[in-house]
Amino acid sequence: MLSIKNLHARIEEKEILRGINLEVKAGEVHAIMGPNGSGKSTLASVLAGRSDYEVTSGTVQLNGKDLLDLSPEDRAREGVFLAFQYPIEIPGVSTINFMKTAVNEVREYRGQEPMDAVSFLKLMKEKMKLVEIDESLLKRALNEGFSGGEKKRNEIFQMAMLEPMLAILDETDSGLDIDALRIVANGVNKLKTANNATIVVTHYQRLLDYIVPDFVHVLYKGRIVKSGTKELAMELEEKGYDWIKAEADAQTV
Amino acid sequence: MSDSNKILEDITSSEYKWGFVTDIENDSLPKGLSEDTVRFISAKKNEPEWLLEWRLDAFRKWLAMDEPEWSNVKFPKIDFQDIIYYSAPKQKVTLDSLDDIDPELRATFEKLGISLDEQKRMTGVAVDAVIDSVSITTTFKGKLSELGIIFCSMSEAVQEHPELVRKYLGSVVPVTDNYYAALNSAVFSDGSFCYIPKGVRSPMELSTYFRINAANTGQFERTLLIADEGGYVSYLEGCTAPMRDENQLHAAVVELVAMERAEIKYSTVQNWYPGDKNGVGGILNFVTKRGICAGDYAKISWTQVETGSAITWKYPSCILKGDNSIGEFYSVAVTNNYQQADTGTKMIHIGKNTKSRIVSKGISAGKSHNSYRGLVKIMKRAEGARNYSQCDSLLMGDQCGAHTFPYIEVDNNTATVEHEATTSKIGEDQIFYCNQRGIATEKAVALIVNGYCKEVLKQLPMEFAVEAQKLLAISLEGSVG
Repeated sequence: MLSIKNLHARIEEKEILRGINLEVKAGEVHAIMGPNGSGKSTLASVLAGRSDYEVTSGTVQLNGKDLLDLSPEDRAREGVFLAFQYPIEIPGVSTINFMKTAVNEVREYRGQEPMDAVSFLKLMKEKMKLVEIDESLLKRALNEGFSGGEKKRNEIFQMAMLEPMLAILDETDSGLDIDALRIVANGVNKLKTANNATIVVTHYQRLLDYIVPDFVHVLYKGRIVKSGTKELAMELEEKGYDWIKAEADAQTV
Repeated sequence: MSDSNKILEDITSSEYKWGFVTDIENDSLPKGLSEDTVRFISAKKNEPEWLLEWRLDAFRKWLAMDEPEWSNVKFPKIDFQDIIYYSAPKQKVTLDSLDDIDPELRATFEKLGISLDEQKRMTGVAVDAVIDSVSITTTFKGKLSELGIIFCSMSEAVQEHPELVRKYLGSVVPVTDNYYAALNSAVFSDGSFCYIPKGVRSPMELSTYFRINAANTGQFERTLLIADEGGYVSYLEGCTAPMRDENQLHAAVVELVAMERAEIKYSTVQNWYPGDKNGVGGILNFVTKRGICAGDYAKISWTQVETGSAITWKYPSCILKGDNSIGEFYSVAVTNNYQQADTGTKMIHIGKNTKSRIVSKGISAGKSHNSYRGLVKIMKRAEGARNYSQCDSLLMGDQCGAHTFPYIEVDNNTATVEHEATTSKIGEDQIFYCNQRGIATEKAVALIVNGYCKEVLKQLPMEFAVEAQKLLAISLEGSVG
């Protein structure tokens, strides 16, 4: 589904991604781990099309389409969803209104009729239940005054509404207590199908207790330096990142 | 210029959609202003002697006054001799029925989305349509008069209800209040008049639609609304003008009088021609709007959505004379390209426990300048008065300006006055967040702007709010509707 080849990206003059290679198939969950500053969030942002980053070389294909050629909104419409590490506040715009606009924009792109109010409400109720979110939260201005947990839960609700092909969760566990973490993870698990894929970007192994990855990749200095299964995550939890850093640094010297 | 600014620039350069000219024969005065002009207008309207004298007095006082220069707007000096002060579409002087309206005129208003045909109107809004200097028709007059509500053009009110006009005209905005109010008092040509009797709640929205059509013409309308004890009225005002290369002057006066426990809700969607992208042409909009809560527990609420005009200079105000009376001001002012707006309000607290609330949302784009100017004055006698003001500015791009000039004068130490102000930019982060959910940048800006203005827009009557939302989107974005 997703194929990243030799991806390099920089912000201003600083090269952050230095040759990422990654293949993600439908039905898979991939975890991207790594120490702070290794380029995890940059990778998520580059895939979503944030303009602060400049891709200097490499290719990214989603189902055979060149993702890097598409505008951020078209990437979203093609099925890329980014759950933000720091969800943005939009005063005066309720999540309901925001989602209604988003869902219909995506439908229009796909040549579908806009959704009428009744069907939209029905869909919303269904998804609300799935991710255990309260309607009162959705009526409030988007992310304004939300707690950390509410913001992340709201991201997962949006993901449920948009039913993405590829969901990228950027440090979704940061700032969550254990109960909120469980609810968010449950939501993500329920949304998993044989046709979609998830990339979980995280610093800690904790989230992976709930969202079990098929593959774990360790990012360091802009490259994937080690890949494995969930056991790798356990090992990292136990030993920290230093041994991987040492290994990787030894190779590059 | 960064990418995001370029995007904003692209989508903020839009076209004015109401800029057509209606080809009708006009009955106009030549350009110029003198006592004779004033006499001509008065005679044309068959006015009583006292009104002519009132006008002449205003004219003489105006001659001795100077144009104000304190506002934060710049424009070429107006040549008051280069303006036509009276222009009326030629048609039968009195209309027997709506069918007698010139089909061209009817078509004009249809094109503006205003049906003058009472039967076809579903929304239950009574309309007074004013084109250039005269009122063309007022709908639903019959139905309203059953309740004792008077809703007609000012010219008609002068003929039919001279005692009311004489009593209240100039009672809220005195002739010498300011330069443009004095000019208006001398040469006003028409406008709307409304009287709500004791204890009557108007069952429908009343509305005036102003249209400038003729070239080189100034529009000076005068609106007077009186709600007697316990009366209620919601009043809407809309305006557009053709695209012309020269500036056109619009100097209106609106006076509101609310008696004990009466409530007046006055909403404006101002969409005069703003000039082109290079700042050529556009309406110079110098308006004096003021209401008095004359009785206890009276309430006046101003809501305005200002998107048009090259220059906007207006401060809808409330004099809170009655004890426990309430004044409100909700405003969205959008400036784009080279538009300039200096707008705000004055809340004068005289009575005890009077309350006022100011919510102002300025949006500046292009190379425009947008100023909020407001005065909150608590007089000595105003025990327990309260004011809350919130003035927010939103900047789009990096070539526009937002300014805030709040004045607070408190002469009673039991008063509570709160002022909050914020300035923000539409963040790239916000736009990217919307993009990431599949929402294109244009629509994202519309969504963010409407969210920003929500507190004001929700004050508007339903149909108007929808219109205003569309107008905001169009003013800022071209194709998004």
